[in-house]
Amino acid sequence: MTTEIRQKLVVFTCFLVTAITLVPVVMMVLVAFQSDGESMAAKPSFWPSSWHPENLTRAFDLVPLGKYLLNTIYFAAGTTLLETVTAALAAYAFARLNFPGRSWLFGIYLATLMIPSQVTLIPQFVLVAKLHGIDTWPGMILPHAFTAIGVFLLRQFFLGIPRDYEEAARLDGANRWQAFIRVIVPLAVPAIATLAVFKFIGQWNNLLWPLVISNSDATRTASVGLQVFQDTNGTQWNLLLMAATVTTVPLIVLFFLTQRWFIRGITMSGLGGR
Amino acid sequence: MAISTADTAPVTTAPAPATQAPPPRWRSREALTAWLFILPSLIGFLIFTAGPVVAAGVISLLNWNLFSAPTWAGLHNFARLGPDPTFWSALGSTAYFTLVSVPLTILVSLLLALLLNQGVKRIAVFRSLLLLPYATITVAVAFVWIWLYIPHDGLVNAVLGWFGINGPAWLISDNWAMPALILMSVWKSFGFGMVVFLAGLQAIPQQLYEAGRVDGTSPWNSFRHITLPMLSPALFFVIVTSVIGSFQVFDQALIMTNGGPGTRTTTLVMYIYRTGFENYDQGYAAAQSLVLFAFIVLITAGQFLFQRRLVHYDN
Repeated sequence: MTTEIRQKLVVFTCFLVTAITLVPVVMMVLVAFQSDGESMAAKPSFWPSSWHPENLTRAFDLVPLGKYLLNTIYFAAGTTLLETVTAALAAYAFARLNFPGRSWLFGIYLATLMIPSQVTLIPQFVLVAKLHGIDTWPGMILPHAFTAIGVFLLRQFFLGIPRDYEEAARLDGANRWQAFIRVIVPLAVPAIATLAVFKFIGQWNNLLWPLVISNSDATRTASVGLQVFQDTNGTQWNLLLMAATVTTVPLIVLFFLTQRWFIRGITMSGLGGR
Repeated sequence: MAISTADTAPVTTAPAPATQAPPPRWRSREALTAWLFILPSLIGFLIFTAGPVVAAGVISLLNWNLFSAPTWAGLHNFARLGPDPTFWSALGSTAYFTLVSVPLTILVSLLLALLLNQGVKRIAVFRSLLLLPYATITVAVAFVWIWLYIPHDGLVNAVLGWFGINGPAWLISDNWAMPALILMSVWKSFGFGMVVFLAGLQAIPQQLYEAGRVDGTSPWNSFRHITLPMLSPALFFVIVTSVIGSFQVFDQALIMTNGGPGTRTTTLVMYIYRTGFENYDQGYAAAQSLVLFAFIVLITAGQFLFQRRLVHYDN
């Protein structure tokens, strides 16, 4: 009997906590549909007294939100694709192939793991500026596509794959490249997907780098676009939060679609690969 | 570390690795294959990650505004930090943010993980919904939080009003702007720790609790003597990563307060950004970024020393 009451209390608390947590996200959507007068009144209103779906097109008219979203996808997908592919290749060599200098080279990769991105921010900016890469896609993408974390994570995963699998393929006449593509990559899909999802969501969220590199609509991402929106349109709350909704919803959808790997990635990093 | 023989030709001088040495010709082919695998990553890594780390050290020794030729400054940029009040206030703000937001985030994460671990049905649904803030765009949700914090009749103050509390002006208040940023940041990031802790809790063998129950252990004691030690590696991991993340807080401070009122919420990273990209004082900004790095290294090293006593690793 008491366990039943306790169980009901637990479920009730779960609902309550979840509801409170979602309030900001729900309010973002609700205010986005309020009228100009209602959203900017001195006393904010919570539930819209009338719904204004035309706010969506109005927000798109004020700033090219579609272009910003597309730019964000370019930026996030570009860095993710480059990092995942190059990291998988390098991680395989570090995990499986013997070559002189392997341990000190890997040591250099490891040494940069702890360095915060702000340390490389200024030299990267200077480099991109000297190469005339400001406001270009290579300038946006390349500096953020070669971090050590991808190599490190995938190497850990590859080390856990039994060597026998590859040896069997090699006895069948496969060379290293074929063994990598046919044996290792298929086995490592979960690890690669986890890395890709994390990188993609992280870069979708990246504000600082696009803020310093992008200075026109050509490469402006959603994060920076929203900041510009705030600067130029002040607190036109309904349109500001409509723009926020438009740029957040794709990421939330992506999160729900990929949460298996997302959650796996968090727990993997937290429990030392368990 | 710095001693490197960069000869790519794998001659016999290379000491044989721990594994049994394959025939020399095969080995040299293997080395060639390895370099081909590594090269795409290595070129990018050297140019865009390792190179810039070294360059940061060099730039920190220069007077440079990007437009004119740099001049040598020696350690002047580091010496400038001492008498710079904005630097010290930025350091103070960052420390304040970290010292409050990390324990709060950990506490919320842990409580929610414990709650979800009480045999709740549809645990995955709650877990996903509670993780949602972690997967939103910081800039976008920062806008909503500005709206929530509207003085007088904003949602936060309206709720406080139900309890007879006259809420402050939050983001424009000298004393409450930082707590407002902290609350938002806890909301944004608690999901990460929650997921780690939940996985950690689920990995604790049930027999331990059953043994405790047989011995008549109270729930609090079984939490203290079973749950907490078993969870300590996960706790340690989340604390270390949270501290590193908090030291780099930027997005929400830029959007919600722009570092104000005054410099109350100007964090270290925001000060680096302003120095480098608003004052174009690249040398000074690089010096600041290295100091930030030094702080992170020191604090993390301190935590690792501390963990030996507190973290229980079960093999």
